Amino acid sequence: MSSAASTFASAPHVRRRRSAVRFVQPAVALGLVALVLGVPFWLVVVTAGKTQAEAFNPNLSLPSHWQLWQNISTVFHQGRMTVAFFGSLFIMVPAVAGVLIIGAMASWVLARRTSRTMALVYALAISGLVLPPAVVTIVLLLRQLGLAGTGVGMVGVYMGMYMSTVIFFVTGFVRTIPVELEEAARMDGAGPARVFFRVILPLLGPTLATATILICLYIWNDVFYALFVIGGRIDTLPLNLYQVASAGLYLNNWHLIFTYIILMSLPLLITFAVLQRRIISGITSGAVK
Amino acid sequence: MTQLTTQSAVRAPARPASVANRRTRQRQDHPSWFLFPALIVLLVFFFLPTLYNFFYAFTNWSSFHSSISFVGLSNFKALVHDGSLLKDLRITLIYAVLVAIFQNLFGLVLALVLERDTAINRFARVAFFVPVVMSALAVGYIFQALLKPQGGLNHLLSFVSGHDVHVAWLGNTTWTILVVAIIHAWKWMGLSMLIYLAGLKTISEDVLEAARIDGAGWWTTFREIRFPLLAPAITFNVATALLGSMNGFDIVQATTAGGPGGTTELLNIFIFRTFGQGLFAQATTMSLALFAMVAVLAFPVIGILRRREAVLS
Repeated sequence: MSSAASTFASAPHVRRRRSAVRFVQPAVALGLVALVLGVPFWLVVVTAGKTQAEAFNPNLSLPSHWQLWQNISTVFHQGRMTVAFFGSLFIMVPAVAGVLIIGAMASWVLARRTSRTMALVYALAISGLVLPPAVVTIVLLLRQLGLAGTGVGMVGVYMGMYMSTVIFFVTGFVRTIPVELEEAARMDGAGPARVFFRVILPLLGPTLATATILICLYIWNDVFYALFVIGGRIDTLPLNLYQVASAGLYLNNWHLIFTYIILMSLPLLITFAVLQRRIISGITSGAVK
Repeated sequence: MTQLTTQSAVRAPARPASVANRRTRQRQDHPSWFLFPALIVLLVFFFLPTLYNFFYAFTNWSSFHSSISFVGLSNFKALVHDGSLLKDLRITLIYAVLVAIFQNLFGLVLALVLERDTAINRFARVAFFVPVVMSALAVGYIFQALLKPQGGLNHLLSFVSGHDVHVAWLGNTTWTILVVAIIHAWKWMGLSMLIYLAGLKTISEDVLEAARIDGAGWWTTFREIRFPLLAPAITFNVATALLGSMNGFDIVQATTAGGPGGTTELLNIFIFRTFGQGLFAQATTMSLALFAMVAVLAFPVIGILRRREAVLS
């Protein structure tokens, strides 16, 4: 926006336009934030502070008296938040750790070996980037494996879904690491496992961090696959939100739905606030060549 | 995603005599067993269910039969006959196209508005990324409350205009699909914005300076130089928005649950509903249809976008 005017800075009309842009741009930016983000988030906060009757038709006015704390304790009880929080955590952590470590191992070999077979394996391994998982038959398969409705089954499904993402990110990155680094370790008599875990894995830090963020985001917020695999068996935060919102008992209980949304979003929002610089630079460096 | 097709092609060809030798060394130094855990997980939890799709779509698998038997094309015939197969395919495709258009439009406008590195712009960029971090289901419920006939938006519009506004934003059989697509775009526009910002940063100052010296204004510079040079970012954003939203569920389920009158029923909404009714084979058939549509569209979409990149660069 600043680029257009600078050459003819001596011409008075251009200078005037440029200073107008300087003045207008921050106002436009803040206006967009207030309108596009402010209105929906304001609705969430004020409704979460209302009574059931007041929140029945959710609007933008302030609650006549704030009862956010009372709503929080109601939601903690009826939405089983503590159980759901740990349910989400106990599924996300093994899935993310597992998919990263075994995905990185495979990526190393896929990046270093140049045969035609490996090119084919790589193409198959990243096909999950675009192809949708077969959600219905996954349930049948888990039943046959005796994993239906279990955390192990859910972890396996998430690992299968995001393996392609990890392999895609990490293989591209390993190719930029000079082979000479590995050679040096091999001269010292290190075997493949040692070379991978001591030389390659520590260098993958930034890429693995980006992949971790993306996959955590997807798994923490996923409700679709969870509904099929563990719905009604294990509590997770999005599953319980879905229950709170769709159970007849809670119909139109907007104050509780929005209190739940605030509490459920807090862990991710706090993590994001702390790490925002790294998250933003990590995501953008991965996407554009 | 932009690297999909290049990675296998960029490797330098080696001299034939040393190839066999090098392959053996590669195999020793990078043993295949490193691949096995990942391939087993992929095989069991991704490829096997996908192959199952091609089998169980042709059976009578349901919660009403104790055994599963082969029934040929009758699931497809039933879904074609009651119109739901073509209707849901069409709705999913329209939704995906609308999401791709709006998400990229919003993302690009935000990137251009927030391009300069000022404190306010940095704050605004972080703020617009908050919906990306949030659960899509939560976003759906927020907009359901906002867009109800008695909801927040009509309340605001009544206040601004001075008379009562009662628009059923989520109750229109023609336009509600546009509204839910815009909500989807709202949730993800922060991600597109970031990728466009990164793309804008890669454009060399020299080129822009040269254009400026030639007297090009902001719009000319954007149309003739910056927009074409954003091609890789556009490829990534359009492909991810288009293919990602075909697999959409959360936002539509939370706002309209497929209604009104089934006009926003994405394939995944149908799959979830019929699965809940115990009609597993029908759900599998739709799942196969979704797989086929994404597979058929993925390669041309990525191909077309990349060819456009090649022409421009």
